[in-house]
Amino acid sequence: MRRRSAVKTLALAAGSTLAGRNLAQASTSGGEENLASTAESAAILIDTTKCMGCRMCERACAEANGLPEPPKSVEPGVPRDTTEGQWTVVNRYETEGGPVNVKRQCMHCLQPACASACLTRAMVKTDDGPVIWRGDKCMGCRFCMLSCPFDVPKFEYHSANPRIQKCRMCFDLLQEGESPACVSGCPANATAFGTRTEMLDLAWSRVYAEPDKYVHHVYGEHEAGGTGVLYLASVPFDQLGFRTDLSLQAYPTFTREFLYSVPFILTMFPPFLLAVSKATAGNRQEEGED
Amino acid sequence: MATVTADTPGFWNGTRRFGRFLASEMKPRGRILTPFNVITIVIMAVAAVILFIRFTQGLGAVTNLSQDVPWGLWIGFDVITGVAFAGGAYVLCFMVYILNQEKYQPIVRVTVLNGFLAYVFYAGALLLDLGRPWNVINPIIGNSFGVSSVLFLVAWHFLLYMTAELLEFAPAIAEWAGWPRLRRWLNRLTLGAVIFGITLSTLHQSGLGALYMMARDKVHPLWYSEFIPIMFFVSSIFAGLSMVIFEGSITHRVFHHRVGEDLERSHASIVRGLARICAGTLFVYLFLQVLVFVHGQKWEYLATGWGAWYLLEMVGFVLVPIGFFLYGVAKKRPRLIGTGAVLTLIGIVLNRLNISVIAFKWYLPVRYVPTWQEIVVTLAVLSAEIWVFRWVVNRMPVLDSSHVRAEVVEEAEHAAASAA
Ligand code: SF4
Ligand code: SF4
Repeated sequence: MRRRSAVKTLALAAGSTLAGRNLAQASTSGGEENLASTAESAAILIDTTKCMGCRMCERACAEANGLPEPPKSVEPGVPRDTTEGQWTVVNRYETEGGPVNVKRQCMHCLQPACASACLTRAMVKTDDGPVIWRGDKCMGCRFCMLSCPFDVPKFEYHSANPRIQKCRMCFDLLQEGESPACVSGCPANATAFGTRTEMLDLAWSRVYAEPDKYVHHVYGEHEAGGTGVLYLASVPFDQLGFRTDLSLQAYPTFTREFLYSVPFILTMFPPFLLAVSKATAGNRQEEGED
Repeated sequence: MATVTADTPGFWNGTRRFGRFLASEMKPRGRILTPFNVITIVIMAVAAVILFIRFTQGLGAVTNLSQDVPWGLWIGFDVITGVAFAGGAYVLCFMVYILNQEKYQPIVRVTVLNGFLAYVFYAGALLLDLGRPWNVINPIIGNSFGVSSVLFLVAWHFLLYMTAELLEFAPAIAEWAGWPRLRRWLNRLTLGAVIFGITLSTLHQSGLGALYMMARDKVHPLWYSEFIPIMFFVSSIFAGLSMVIFEGSITHRVFHHRVGEDLERSHASIVRGLARICAGTLFVYLFLQVLVFVHGQKWEYLATGWGAWYLLEMVGFVLVPIGFFLYGVAKKRPRLIGTGAVLTLIGIVLNRLNISVIAFKWYLPVRYVPTWQEIVVTLAVLSAEIWVFRWVVNRMPVLDSSHVRAEVVEEAEHAAASAA
């Protein structure tokens, strides 16, 4: 009897240790695998001081991705959000320093919350940098939407076969060695495309060359742990509809602590519970009188 | 299956006999057109139509979900609140099988049954909310494991935990179907299933809270803290037990004829024991909340409307129920304990909905309010669960624990035999 239960305990512990170990390994490789290639990953620099607000990029995006044509005219003063049919929008903000046009789309975070939230790996950070969505995997749980600090992913609520829609940095064009459609389509050179290091260098060299023109801040350098889309502006970013209260730590790290504890609990709990159960087995009779 | 073959002249014979037995058990017992039945049938029929529209025209056709609020009532109430309510099963199993508190044995079965059905129906409601449910197979069969996802962990734990609870309940099914050998075999699995179940519960109860870790900038600071997982775990203890108290008082009346002698005799004392644990864990919870509040320096929010709402939750539905529980135990007044349980349950609904719906993106000008369709579907899920629960309780030995004594005798015989 004795021996048999000891063996059982051992087997239980061993089994859960194995399960735990696998999980631990898997969860560490979740968000950090791309860190090494960060410098080389594709990035876009958007210089809002150069943007004229012509919205050619919206058109180029729709064309390249087979989306409906963007609205011809837009109501001034009402900032638009990207939608399931429009992956990038340009908004005009009236600021103390005059009107500023801001192009918005997915930020292609270095450690994307959306991808670490996705339980099917439908949303993934590709090695080249773009964060893309794969319809054959997605189950439509919308956890990516809940998790993205920039509220980028959009869902087709009025479809029986709904997709998650968001900018994919023209992943296919990049594979062919081309730039994203919005960058090529910009007549004012307000957007630039290259590796993240190049874009950061370009951004800061502009700031240093004209320190009076720019605020001393490249949005996306550190926000949410660093993003693949970087911004320059002449006024503080909170006046341009950007969230400036976001964490500078990458968002997947906020769940990492919890996920790290999983293998420990899986390993430690069962043998502990078994031991307690054996230890209190004597109570059975005494409790009866209560 | 081997057991069936051994017990009956032929496998097919046995199957046929079981089929006939099942068919006879399927027939409803008692009056069919009770008010409860009529109302719930209407609700479920309407929900069926709503779900048809939902699956043909998309979620947007029947819900108020939006790009800003991707998770509404179906997740916030059905899944997140429902699973907290189902926590009673693991807590009771812990008390009975791990701490060997025999006293609570008579209510283990009904609680495990409740827990199991809650998971099947409420976690099952998750499927209704999925935009592309056919791909749910991906994270299960392993062609696409998103292991860095908390939702992945939670989903898997739901599945595994349902299996564990089914195993814990299986002896009752075997007794009902008259498969004594299978039952003895299943009984031996119980402790393993219980240990596995408690471990899983610890993780996914807190995991439900961890879902909101990346939404840290979207949940109102009074409700968000990095300790949500711990809060969710602690509160699942008293949420689950309050549910046991609440359900117990109803089941006791409705299924009076099914209640066994044991339970009849000890029910009041069991309820008092549970109330004491509820009061204790509520107190720990309140203490943690205060700690987080002070540590997070959240004083500035108190003077706002959100602050009042937060205080209402903490005082009205955490502190006050502690009083009800303690006073009810001291004065042996089940009514007071029942009131405490109901208040606690309301508090849990508030807390879970605050995090997932009400204080979620509190800064938005347009608030999410569920549509009537979302509410009807939620009620239908609840009704369906009650129907199944009633069916099982009326047929299987759930509220009668005479099996326990039989078990003890059997076990002793078994031990004697193996000793000899
Ligand atoms: S901005 Fe949002 S959707 Fe885009 S990569 Fe980051 S987390 Fe994902
Ligand atoms: S909605 Fe799709 S892409 Fe988003 S987290 Fe869920 S499975 Fe992943």
